[in-house]
Amino acid sequence: MPTASLGLRVFLAVIAVLFSILIVAYAERMSLGDWRSLPDPWLLWPNTFMLILSSIALQSACVGAREGQVDRVKTGLTAGGVFAFAFLLGQLLVWRDLIGSGYFAASNPANAFFYLLTAIHGFHLMGGLVAWGRTSAKLWRGTDSELAKLRLSVELCAVYWHFLLLVWLIFFALLLIT
Amino acid sequence: MATVAHDEDAYVAPAEVEEVDLYHPKSWITKYVFSQDAKVIAIQYATTAGAIGLVALVLSWLMRLQLGFPEVFTFIEAEDYYQFITMHGMIMVIYLLTALFLGGFGNYLIPLMVGARDMVFPYVNMVSYWVYLLAVLVLVSSWFVPGGPTGAGWTLYPPQAILSGTPGSNGGIILMLVSLALFIVGFTMGGLNYVVTVLQARTRGMSLMRMPLTVWGIFVATILALLAFPALFVGAIMMSLDKILETSFFMPAIVEMGEYLSYGGGSPVLFQHLFWFFGHPEVYIVALPAFGIVSDLLSVHARRHIFGYRLMVWAIVVIGGLSFIVWAHHMYVSGMHPYFGFFFATTTLIIAIPTALKVYNWTLTLWRANIQFTLPMLFSLAFIVTFVNGGITGLFLGNVVVDVPLSDTMFVVAHFHMVMGVAPLLVVFGAIYHWYPLITGKMLNEAMGQFHFWVTFLGAYMIFLPIHYLGFLGVPRRYYEMGDTTFIPDSAATLNAFVTVMALIVGFAQLVFLFNMVWSAYRGKKSDRNPWKACSLEWQTEEYPPAHGNFGKTLPSVYRWPYDYGVPGADDDFIPQNQPPERPVTDSGPEAASTQAAE
Repeated sequence: MPTASLGLRVFLAVIAVLFSILIVAYAERMSLGDWRSLPDPWLLWPNTFMLILSSIALQSACVGAREGQVDRVKTGLTAGGVFAFAFLLGQLLVWRDLIGSGYFAASNPANAFFYLLTAIHGFHLMGGLVAWGRTSAKLWRGTDSELAKLRLSVELCAVYWHFLLLVWLIFFALLLIT
Repeated sequence: MATVAHDEDAYVAPAEVEEVDLYHPKSWITKYVFSQDAKVIAIQYATTAGAIGLVALVLSWLMRLQLGFPEVFTFIEAEDYYQFITMHGMIMVIYLLTALFLGGFGNYLIPLMVGARDMVFPYVNMVSYWVYLLAVLVLVSSWFVPGGPTGAGWTLYPPQAILSGTPGSNGGIILMLVSLALFIVGFTMGGLNYVVTVLQARTRGMSLMRMPLTVWGIFVATILALLAFPALFVGAIMMSLDKILETSFFMPAIVEMGEYLSYGGGSPVLFQHLFWFFGHPEVYIVALPAFGIVSDLLSVHARRHIFGYRLMVWAIVVIGGLSFIVWAHHMYVSGMHPYFGFFFATTTLIIAIPTALKVYNWTLTLWRANIQFTLPMLFSLAFIVTFVNGGITGLFLGNVVVDVPLSDTMFVVAHFHMVMGVAPLLVVFGAIYHWYPLITGKMLNEAMGQFHFWVTFLGAYMIFLPIHYLGFLGVPRRYYEMGDTTFIPDSAATLNAFVTVMALIVGFAQLVFLFNMVWSAYRGKKSDRNPWKACSLEWQTEEYPPAHGNFGKTLPSVYRWPYDYGVPGADDDFIPQNQPPERPVTDSGPEAASTQAAE
């Protein structure tokens, strides 16, 4: 396994622990009497769809890189980034709507946890977008023959995206059932 | 007699380690300041950790002055005292010991000992140090905000940590939490390097079971830290939100100065769980590198192979695993369910088994060995004694019925200072005397070293044995002064004064040590190449001290474990790891190797 791949996987293990601890804290805090669940904002459904599309697009870029199709990589990367930004924008809209309806972080732990989980997830996605930006910049600047060098970067972006999608699906499910 | 030693016939996969494109610095700044060389980063980590550790040492003197001579030093107010204990504890545990063992020793020794040119992600490694430095600066800056640093105690328990009765409950606590979060981010960057370097950058022949125990200790400790720090990270973020946004993750309904605050329903015990889920592995994050390093020091300076190498490795791994299921033994008085306490008491006592095994193996390593009473050996012997002392009081405190009356007394303070303060520091000192020649090419001054050792070793007992006794008397920890407490005899005050005097003397010995490190760098005796005649790879580099890229044109090949001391029939009393065996090593597979061995 390439060094960077192993590095990413170790990092994913670390943030998996981070997200697991958040979920345990969520469950623990929920069991106390003052928890009042949030209404599930409908906008989270299209947001989730955006993140799924983003992951699919990056997977397509990944396949393209493996088969040496530069155009497919470019399309996949662009679409992946656009959908990821759309997801983040959508999350901010959810925040705005909730705050507008009076669901402040301080008014109930359920609200506070919602903001906390979405923020931490969002920050991790933004970190991913930095790597995505660097990879895209190299791809557009470089010649087609450099695709082989970038193959690993594209693959790692895709792995990271799938992981964050999984985390989001778990959070979303948690939100829906509680 | 043939000079076949240990596992030199063992089959080793023939895969060559690929040469890496090493980053070559082009200017003074990229060579010594924003350096990507793990050896320079190690020195940066160690210097920063040492500097902030010195602050924590001074804080301990101030605390001792107050405890030993209450009402004499009027410039120390109760608020100051709480800030001193908080900052002393946090700095020593996180910013000194964790950073020094992993960022300092880890960076210097891992690549050299496994035969790599550098860490696998040098750029990330560099950023790791600068984020750590930023975390330290944020921590220090809390002295300069209104209200000063937090005085919540190093465990930062809510609700008191963020209420106005506690010093530094505004800026101080926020800066502390931000600093911790930064530290964790920085550490994660370094930690990824240490783990992946050990897994992927070992040189040809360096199987996992041929790694020096130092590397094993640091490797497993890093994994613990990577998995434990997220809990503190989550706790720090949630408490910051409780403070800044007035959320109620941890804060229950509470009245402050006669006023109802907007908090309600939160769980302070949830914070305790998060804190100790990090906090207990933290003990082993400090202890496991110490275990590893001391094993190597004992072996080299006793001229004998480490006894039970495989068991030592497995003990490190098992202790690391168990350390994740003992955390609530720090919370017996938090009102937990008795069965819960029973579970944690059991796991706590089970951890004594692999730990005792290590102590036996260290002792058996010394049995009939050719012990050299060098400074690293003296510190290692002192470590064994001190660790056993501190560990045994841990067995007391691990039992719920014994812990409850001793909880929050000076006995606890004495216990953890012995086991995770003095013991690991003795290893740090031993390690510095051992590897200083490798780093600087000079020997540390022996006379100053002997003074440092004897004062530190004996002095530490003069300080902490009486503190155990104070704990039995019921003297509580974290109290600014006793006042007229009827159940505490006057002699406790005399004892406290004695402890303070000893603490100042031991503190002075550390200044001598610091002076020795600076003085010897310029005036010290020049060190011969490999002065301790050690087998491990860090001493076998082409240039001495090792230069950029660690090894010469080609990376070394490893043919044996790092403990071939006093091998019968060998020419010298040690065989370096990279010395080829007299018989050719087979690359054709384990079957061929065993056939050859059978012949």
